[in-house]
Amino acid sequence: MISEKMILRIMPWAVTVGIFVVWEVACLVTGVAEFVLPAPTAVWAATVKFAPQILHHSLQTLFTTTAGFVLAVVGGMLLGVFIGASKLVYTGLYPVLVGFNSIPKVALVPVLVIWFGIGTVPAIVTAFVISFFPIVVNVATGLATIEPELRDVLRCLGATRTEILFKIGIPRAMPYLFASLKIAITLAFVGSVIAETVASNEGIGYLMLSASSSYNVPLVFSGLVVVGIMGVLMYAVAAAFERRMTGWAFRGSDLMT
Amino acid sequence: MSPEINDATFVTLDKVSLVYQQAETSTLAVEDLSLSIKKGEFVAVVGPSGCGKSTLMKIVTGLINCSAGGVTIGGKPVKGPTQGVGMAFQNSTLLPWRSTLDNVMLPLEIVEPHKRQLRRERDRYEARAMNLLRTVGLHEFADKFPWQLSGGMQQRANVCRAIIHEPSLLMLDEPFGALDAFTREELWGVMQKLWMERRFTAILITHDLREAVFLADRVFVMSKRPGRIVYEREVDIPRPRTLDTTFEPHFGEIVHELRERIVEVKHS
Ligand SMILES: Nc1ncnc2c1ncn2[C@@H]1O[C@H](COP(=O)(O)OP(=O)(O)OP(=O)(O)O)[C@@H](O)[C@H]1O
Ligand SMILES: [Mg+2]
Repeated sequence: MISEKMILRIMPWAVTVGIFVVWEVACLVTGVAEFVLPAPTAVWAATVKFAPQILHHSLQTLFTTTAGFVLAVVGGMLLGVFIGASKLVYTGLYPVLVGFNSIPKVALVPVLVIWFGIGTVPAIVTAFVISFFPIVVNVATGLATIEPELRDVLRCLGATRTEILFKIGIPRAMPYLFASLKIAITLAFVGSVIAETVASNEGIGYLMLSASSSYNVPLVFSGLVVVGIMGVLMYAVAAAFERRMTGWAFRGSDLMT
Repeated sequence: MSPEINDATFVTLDKVSLVYQQAETSTLAVEDLSLSIKKGEFVAVVGPSGCGKSTLMKIVTGLINCSAGGVTIGGKPVKGPTQGVGMAFQNSTLLPWRSTLDNVMLPLEIVEPHKRQLRRERDRYEARAMNLLRTVGLHEFADKFPWQLSGGMQQRANVCRAIIHEPSLLMLDEPFGALDAFTREELWGVMQKLWMERRFTAILITHDLREAVFLADRVFVMSKRPGRIVYEREVDIPRPRTLDTTFEPHFGEIVHELRERIVEVKHS
């Protein structure tokens, strides 16, 4: 008998494989042209054929994404703490941040090119800008939603604002931070790939653009799949980190299993 | 009733009023409230819901400043949040990321002189916290996290946290309100034991008249909003009081008397 746990573990893989099978069969049945929708086998063939290039460009994307993400984590945490710890800063900055977040980040790339030229920097900055906001908002929310009673208990003990921040504010904001990291890391990929597509001659985004301009559609799809895989892997890293750091927030529910 | 001030007086409220200002509406929560509490005394405050009991607690601890009148603790007027007062609320407000022991030790990281000494004398302080946990029967759960404890256990830990730094004043806002009757009555005994050992001054806010009579030396009845003290009852029952005490006629009489007052207050 296969246990329920096994099934749960197998499910994601089964679904992924299923999608590729359906895709392959659909291509075979409809006979759709390869430059419209290449079959998974064709994508795989392209991946093998262009493996060195794909590796090179995906490492570049991984680098720009990670760099932008790390900057976003550091900056987001600092600004989040700053915003969440003070009502004044919160009311002052929040609308500005919301406005800023509503700007489509693609629109920023040309500006970044003017400032930094074509290359690595716009990709890093775009990844940073796009993943920054959720981190700030989550950290600030974690801080701003401290239970009033808890704050009262500490204040009556004579705790200073800084003590309250470090004893309860920041630990309490940690689950919020880690939850946002999972969202932020996938957004960071979106940012860097967009920027690479428009303003770079390196990275998966650039690879896909140049492949599509030479009608090498299987390679374009190969790039898409690689980005997807990198996104899932980074998400898994962030999730594992979250479990380690803030197991208490899960009330130990899954740690037992 | 004007507070009579003498040497033994520890907490006084003199004609205190408080208005909650919120946008257009302003709520007069307490008005002309006076009372005085002796050092080492255990008092209880009862009254209809929404009459300003929690507000009274915040005024005494300086979390909110009264709109009129004055509060003193140990002869000194209360202006901002007081220092080193122990507090316990209905929901236990333990920190989920800290073990029970670390939760109980939280005040030691904040209140002087413990804060200064904690690093050097960690072992001694830990032993002290363990001792306290033993008193309330929680020592085997010191390493557990709050969410691994039952509600009653959390409340015990909560009470331990409120008194670990030996505060001269302990404020309890319905600390046993969310518990089942058995656990609640058991914790009355725990609370009484701790108080008899340490003799801190305690103000207990409660809905439960039997709880008030069991634990307190004096019970104050508040009017409905705006809250004032309308009745005061000395509880002349010797300690230690036990659950058997609660079935004695005199205990019942006092509870009955208080209940009548509250009913009167509600319909006035
Ligand atoms: N922060 C606040 N802002 C505005 N009004 C408030 C605030 N806190 C309490 N009040 C009002 O003041 C009155 C007294 O509230 P308080 O919490 O002191 O009552 P209570 O006696 O503790 O009630 P309960 O027994 O239900 O806990 C209530 O009418 C309430 O609506
Ligand atoms: Mg209340």
